[in-house]
Amino acid sequence: MNNKLKPRRPLKEKHYWEEWTGRIYTSICVVFLIVVMFSIVYFVASKGLSTFFQNGISISEFLGGKTWNPTGEPAFYGALPFITGSFITTLLAALIASPLGLCAALFMTEIVPGKGKKILQPAIELLSGIPSVVYGFIGLSVIVPLLRSIFGGTGVGIAAGCLVLAVMILPTVTSIMADALSALPKGLRESSYALGATRWQTIYRVIIPTTLPALLTGVVLGMARAFGEALAVQMVIGNAPHVPTSLLESASTLTSVITLSMGNTTMGSVHNNALWSMALVLLVMTFVFVILVRLLERRNRV
Amino acid sequence: MFKKLPFILMTLTFVLVLAACGSKNDAGTEGAASNGSGEAAAELSGNILAVGSTALLPLVEQAGQKFMAVDEYKNVTVQVQGGGSGTGLTQVSDGQATIGNSDVFAEEKLEDEAKVKELVDHQVAVVAMAPVSNKDAGVEDLTKQQLVDIFSGKVKNWKDVGGADKAIVIVNRPSSSGTRATFEKYALGAKMDDIQGSIQEDSSGNVKKLVAETPGAIGYLALSYLDDSLQVLKYEGVEATVENVEAGTYPVWAYEHMYTKGEPDAATKAFLDYILSDEIQQNDVTELGYIPMSGMKVKRDAAGNVVQ
Repeated sequence: MNNKLKPRRPLKEKHYWEEWTGRIYTSICVVFLIVVMFSIVYFVASKGLSTFFQNGISISEFLGGKTWNPTGEPAFYGALPFITGSFITTLLAALIASPLGLCAALFMTEIVPGKGKKILQPAIELLSGIPSVVYGFIGLSVIVPLLRSIFGGTGVGIAAGCLVLAVMILPTVTSIMADALSALPKGLRESSYALGATRWQTIYRVIIPTTLPALLTGVVLGMARAFGEALAVQMVIGNAPHVPTSLLESASTLTSVITLSMGNTTMGSVHNNALWSMALVLLVMTFVFVILVRLLERRNRV
Repeated sequence: MFKKLPFILMTLTFVLVLAACGSKNDAGTEGAASNGSGEAAAELSGNILAVGSTALLPLVEQAGQKFMAVDEYKNVTVQVQGGGSGTGLTQVSDGQATIGNSDVFAEEKLEDEAKVKELVDHQVAVVAMAPVSNKDAGVEDLTKQQLVDIFSGKVKNWKDVGGADKAIVIVNRPSSSGTRATFEKYALGAKMDDIQGSIQEDSSGNVKKLVAETPGAIGYLALSYLDDSLQVLKYEGVEATVENVEAGTYPVWAYEHMYTKGEPDAATKAFLDYILSDEIQQNDVTELGYIPMSGMKVKRDAAGNVVQ
């Protein structure tokens, strides 16, 4: 069609091949990613769904049943305790981490942009490099005894879990929020100051409302991380398969029960399949988080 | 159309490569498995992959290192992986692993009886467990009935079993764990349901830490983990010692199994014999806190029947 505008063959053959090498290389990577992604989704879904279709456990029993006793006679496969445990710990962790992260991000971008960022940024990035088993051990050695001495009881439970998680997701939340704040056009800030607003007024009347969707993206990504975290939580949460009645009572999350039992069960057994169903629930939840982030980004652009 | 050609081409090649990889892998494992049995007499060679129980992992790993250092077996490679008893049994019966390490009899884990029949059991060591409590519980000896009452949630305070006035906190293993299965089968005599408020940890280190630090806690640990930070409880008046286990007076113990699918090939057999040799049994096994097979004066079958 536009052969006249663009000559089909470039003057030098070399450029032609360079172009193709690049294309082929990227295509390989893209195809590889797509194949890996679809096979993971397929594998988890086929394993997870066989609990319902092959082993004949009803979806409502799985999602709504309060009793988890796969080794009992008769066996119960109610995953509600783990689902509630996952949601409560994730929400509480986000509730603790978001204000802290927001303050840190504001400090770095608005209050002391130069020096503050130089010191705080590496410190926060360092937090994300610590392996989760270390967080778990710190939780077990510091947070659990602390909670035990303050509130009595065992100290193990959702409270300990969400405190550990809050620290773990802090880097994610803070760095995404800081990026969002520093991406704000300078003009907005300057016009607010020009109107005579103080720094605090500028922050809470102009900066936070305009960047809110991006800030929420940080919270949602932090929650996605908290939802999928297994090892650290497993060490401090207690892992009893019951719907907890207080924050200081032992509870389980989806991830903690999967890591505890997956290796001990044989592939293809109902118990094992039920664990895969929980993995499927986690996968679906991750999709939900991703969709949420997409929606927030769309709102951010307008 | 021309623009999209490289993409389509690459997709096709990629799928082909993947398919090729898949079939190659299958051939690889089968090849390795049949290799060992083929060349038996002259010089042993082959790859042994032992997968499974984390409780047995340290022993197999250490024995594997020593085995490969022996001149005679230098062409045999022993690889050891954890992953849990269930994984070990699954992989050995699917032919992915040469040896499946397990804390429990295959009969107790595998649902498919035909698969159990294919497996050959090699018992390489014994692990005994003792009930332990926090030091403030004020109890030194518990009967079977008292333990059952505690772990079923019927007794909630130490004073009801002759101890201090302190609430009991149960530090358990997850219901799928082999250690828990052993403890329930031989100490309690029945499966227990998880009770609300109990704690479950999978690693012995964490169980030990929690029992030692939490007031009123009770749990159970393998003998190699016991020390002064815990109160080791007697079971029906019998102390958990190696001698008592060997003599058959202390019942809470289990075999460590290394399963092979069918009879082992020459290299694997050499390795299993090596683990059962005095070299390993008298040194590494006792060093790592297991009880050697040779010392056992009693035997037990999968159903739990004890023979002198």
